[in-house]
Amino acid sequence: MEPYKKHESIAALMNRSNVDTDQIIPKQFLKRVERSGFGVHLFHDWRFNDDGSDNAEFELNKPAFKGAKILVAGDNFGCGSSREHAPWAIADYGFNTIISTSYADIFYNNCFKNGILAIKVDKEQLDKLMAEIAANEGVRFVVDLENQQVTTPGGNGFSFEIDPFRKSNLLSGLDDIGLTLKHVDKITEYEQQHKKDYPWLWA
Amino acid sequence: MQALEYAMKKTMYEKIWDSHLVVDETGQAPLLYVDRHLMHEVTSPQAFEGLRLSGRKVRNPHSILATMDHCVPTKNRNLPIADPIAKKQIETMAENCRVNGLKLYDMTDPNNGVIHVVVPEHGFVHPGMVVVCGDSHTATHGAFGALAFGIGTSEVEHVMATQTLPQKKSKTMQVVVNGKLSKYASAKDIALAITGKIGTAGGTGYVIEYTGSAIRELSMEGRMTLCNMAIEAGARAGLVAPDEKTYTYLKGREFAPSAQYWDQALAYWKTLPSDEGALFDATVTLDAADIAPQVSWGTSPEQVVGVDGCVPAPESFTDEIKRQACENALAYMGLTPNTKITDIAIDLVFIGSCTNGRIEDFRIAAEMAKGTQVAKGVTAIAVPGSYHVKQQAEDEGLDKIFIDAGWEWRDPGCSMCLAMNGDELTKGQRSASTSNRNFEGRQGKGGRTHLVSPAMAAAAAAAGHFVDIRNL
Repeated sequence: MEPYKKHESIAALMNRSNVDTDQIIPKQFLKRVERSGFGVHLFHDWRFNDDGSDNAEFELNKPAFKGAKILVAGDNFGCGSSREHAPWAIADYGFNTIISTSYADIFYNNCFKNGILAIKVDKEQLDKLMAEIAANEGVRFVVDLENQQVTTPGGNGFSFEIDPFRKSNLLSGLDDIGLTLKHVDKITEYEQQHKKDYPWLWA
Repeated sequence: MQALEYAMKKTMYEKIWDSHLVVDETGQAPLLYVDRHLMHEVTSPQAFEGLRLSGRKVRNPHSILATMDHCVPTKNRNLPIADPIAKKQIETMAENCRVNGLKLYDMTDPNNGVIHVVVPEHGFVHPGMVVVCGDSHTATHGAFGALAFGIGTSEVEHVMATQTLPQKKSKTMQVVVNGKLSKYASAKDIALAITGKIGTAGGTGYVIEYTGSAIRELSMEGRMTLCNMAIEAGARAGLVAPDEKTYTYLKGREFAPSAQYWDQALAYWKTLPSDEGALFDATVTLDAADIAPQVSWGTSPEQVVGVDGCVPAPESFTDEIKRQACENALAYMGLTPNTKITDIAIDLVFIGSCTNGRIEDFRIAAEMAKGTQVAKGVTAIAVPGSYHVKQQAEDEGLDKIFIDAGWEWRDPGCSMCLAMNGDELTKGQRSASTSNRNFEGRQGKGGRTHLVSPAMAAAAAAAGHFVDIRNL
């Protein structure tokens, strides 16, 4: 995983709530056994017309949002299926930051496993950011994870909360499994006790 | 003093959490031990690849049970899978299980079926366990009083390598359902009514425990249906305290505790229910008698109404986001505000899935289908959740009832719940479906899904539109 660095990028606006992972990456693309290459299918059913051409009505197809790394979206983003193909597609498309009021639980966890910073803001703050983008499409925000700050040219900057463990993993790009395996002795110890307490599980 | 007493009383979730903590150090996410790991072909290949690339091994192969369900055809099972990408995914699953020595019920195995139907059939999940699967409907197994939740593929790899997961402790929500369900209202209707009441984000950050007399009355199958849809309300997991029904269900199944350990296991299970007076962070109450058979009208499982109701008008929502969501949903669904639910005509009926693919679901559906004919222009398919469900139904003669009524009787799989295997709606087609999600395109691009119970689905197949089954 790439370490997450401070960056200034275009912020794309997706003013919809309850965007589900079936929309983020429709099921017809879940059959592949690789982790890469999902970006071209991101939001497929909204993004493309039946003949395969770009749907001009779809917000991410706006020229002003091309190259955006930041996605500003409505409440409860990423609900539904646990498919990690959703954050794979988002990251592969080029986003590394999402800003919303709330996320579905599994999706939120999946983001951080894939170098995506999912920032939570209150409704009022989200409305301000959405208004700023709507008024000035192509506007660039600065995201500084180290200092937990977002700044915007329109003066709608804010600081955000984030779990210190998730933060340090994103900043370092460290592998979660490696960190857990530092505790391998404790896992073994737990298992030995577990076998004594619940022998039927090991019979 | 009173505060201290409360602090000592634990909910079932807290008991399971505490007994599975491996590491709990400040500055780090608590590490939770995982007892059972369930797998299917869609969310595992990249995890095996990661394991291989890092030179790591599966820590406890016996904790894993795998099946093939999402991509498998539900007819002509003997023929090769036509879709080459799906075929490769199926073959990859078989190879990964072989190399790592994992128990797999492959496509042709008599034990094959949908993971969340198969696992309980074999008694693989017990009360008090921590259970994970790369699948959001893992919540199903909360019906046994196990903490069961869906995870992503990176976490699948994590669990394979370490048998643990870094986890954040959830808040607890008690959903109390008292009273008696009306005739033909079911666990599915309770699940939809709860999602309608609290919304798809209502349970976010919580583990729900379902309590109350109506929950106690539910069969194990009904409890599985209910917990299965905890995720639809945004919850991490759903739980029902184990009781005599749970123990009776488990006894004698392949992976249930053997006679040697049964009494010891049972004594442990009886310690699990939440302590009397334990505090929950939130409580929601429903009266079962108020729950009419539910029908979803929109593109989110929270957009539901009783069958005696009407499609709502956007302006009936005071919340601007909900108003907009209603408008979008009605446009997608091709529905007009204030249409009576019973006036909505359907093209296809699907009975099956990890929500409603168990024997009890086919029994009630067959009861409704008996002596009827599928309405003109309607296709009706019955897809058992597993080969065991299929066999049981055939032993009871249910297959004949469906076939005589004009239904298709298929082989098991996820099928049209998420339409990965070729069973799907075409653009504009409208279904009555016993599955769990009515998202845009879920059952096929442009397809329109109405979520209902098996009884409601079967009645709709015969009528060609929704019917208030309480009046039949």
